[in-house]
Amino acid sequence: MIRLESIERIFQVGDERVFALRQVDLAVRSGEYLSIMGPSGSGKSTMLNILGLLDRPDKGVYQLDGRDATHLTDRQQAEMRRHKIGFIFQFFHLIPRLTAAENVELPLTLAGVDPVARKECVAAALARLGLAERAKHRPDQLSGGQRQRVAIARATIMRPALVLADEPTGNLDRASGTEVIHTIESLNAEGMTVVMVTHDPELGRRARRQVRMLDGRIVSDSGAGHEG
Amino acid sequence: MKAEDVIRFCGRSLAGYPLRTGLMLLAMAIGVAAVVLLTSLGEGARRYVAGKFTSLGTHLLIVLPGRSETVGGPPPLLGQTPRDLTVDDALALTRSSAVRRVAPLMLGSAPVSLESRSREAIIMGTTADMFEVRNLEMAQGRFLPPGEVGRAEAVCVLGQKLRNELFGNGSPLGAFVRIGQRRFRVIGVLTKKGESLGTDLGEVALIPVASASALFNRASLFRILVQAQSREAIPRAKKAILQIIQERHEGEEDVTVITQDALLATFDRIFKALTLAVGGIAAISLAVAGILIMNVMLIAVSQRTGEIGLLMAIGAPGKQIQRLFLSEAAMLSLVGAAVGLLLALAGHWVLARLFPEFPLSVPIWSPITAVGVALATGLIFGVLPARRASRLDPVVALSRR
Repeated sequence: MIRLESIERIFQVGDERVFALRQVDLAVRSGEYLSIMGPSGSGKSTMLNILGLLDRPDKGVYQLDGRDATHLTDRQQAEMRRHKIGFIFQFFHLIPRLTAAENVELPLTLAGVDPVARKECVAAALARLGLAERAKHRPDQLSGGQRQRVAIARATIMRPALVLADEPTGNLDRASGTEVIHTIESLNAEGMTVVMVTHDPELGRRARRQVRMLDGRIVSDSGAGHEG
Repeated sequence: MKAEDVIRFCGRSLAGYPLRTGLMLLAMAIGVAAVVLLTSLGEGARRYVAGKFTSLGTHLLIVLPGRSETVGGPPPLLGQTPRDLTVDDALALTRSSAVRRVAPLMLGSAPVSLESRSREAIIMGTTADMFEVRNLEMAQGRFLPPGEVGRAEAVCVLGQKLRNELFGNGSPLGAFVRIGQRRFRVIGVLTKKGESLGTDLGEVALIPVASASALFNRASLFRILVQAQSREAIPRAKKAILQIIQERHEGEEDVTVITQDALLATFDRIFKALTLAVGGIAAISLAVAGILIMNVMLIAVSQRTGEIGLLMAIGAPGKQIQRLFLSEAAMLSLVGAAVGLLLALAGHWVLARLFPEFPLSVPIWSPITAVGVALATGLIFGVLPARRASRLDPVVALSRR
């Protein structure tokens, strides 16, 4: 599914060159549930951005689904993000003026899917996440947990193979956080590959495979042994 | 992304900021309304002047005493006063085959009185032909009788306003009024035709030219109005007039002939230029509206950074984001232009109510150009914000909440 080979990402901060990622190698098989942990500045967010094709590595090769994703054009990258990757953010990133249903519909709209098919798809996705009654509500009328579930519905409406979650519970209370994690885990049970970045060691331990990062390097990887 | 989805998405985002959107629409609308209204005023002014000239009469030439043109050549040795134009000069003009009718015009001012009521009025001495030459219309009675030009018949035709002031509701026909020291019988009243080139025909009294000559004790005419046979005959008539007058005035070309068409064409050109200039000035307000759109869109881009980042994350390429913002600008311009056209329509209605005589008219090109310019400014000034939005780094954009 994912293969990173000697990935480097360097940021220029003033006169200094800061290594966000140094010589990172990582392979993730299809259907894995992986957590990336580490202190702030360890490079885990940069890693997620590169996996999500939002950022490009300065060196190294990234293969996604057997395709070299490092040298794609802007349009091709957008295309891959649209069909293969779903993002779940800490701050949900719902568009405030749109209803829950419209927010979920957005990826389908962008992809130019027929309106009738769109409506069905959205209704089904909302029902699956227990949000059917909230379809017409705007984000400010929803609780944090509901917002994140709307965001998850949006991330998965295109049935992506890879779900990337950046501190998905970072902005939620314990109860709704647990609910959200269960939702994400059920996605994994459906066969989606899940990569989750988190601070929270308890959350990280839930993942079947745990990766620890420090100073832009992978320092431990519980699943590195069995290569995919 | 489907076109209707783009429209809906942009519509929602415009509706999401009502104050901002409203202000931009207002700016656009004012610009468009200004272009349409001002050009329509200019066009109206042109038609107004053209109308005035046509109401003077058709195929009209005006002969004035004295030369007003400057022609090169040595200055005359002896001081040269222009000879007066006389009734005989006028009658001589009928010799030309290009001339259909001739009406001499003597102008003076005298009190017109009935019993104790008296009004100072403009007295026009002329002949029966004036009726046709000047396109006059009678409200009551008849015009000056045709016949011997030299006969000083004591009859007069009154303007509508003068009639009202002297007679009130009573019938003036057959009554006698006093003009200066003479008595005249009223035989007709002109219709209210309004003002024509400075002379209000409502306030005049027309009398036979011979009577006027006796009244004012002079023989010189104010001008001679000549009607040519046809539009094509106008240049020939002008030549003939100059020739005849020159013969009669011992070889001196001491009159000026103005043709109505030449005047009309000149005024037409002036007013067209004026309309364009005024429209151009109004178009500047459209450009200002465009700059406003750019400004506000730039703010919108920075306010909606998170949203742009999200659109990128869910698979919108930069081009598509650029298109979305451009569509928003285009929609703003179009809706603003539509509101502006409505505004112009309302303004038009109000102006037409206030000045019913002014022939307001919208030249067909003006709303089309106004909407076109509005759309173009919207798009041109929308490009910069749209490009800025499409070039945002998604990581940075998403990190801003």
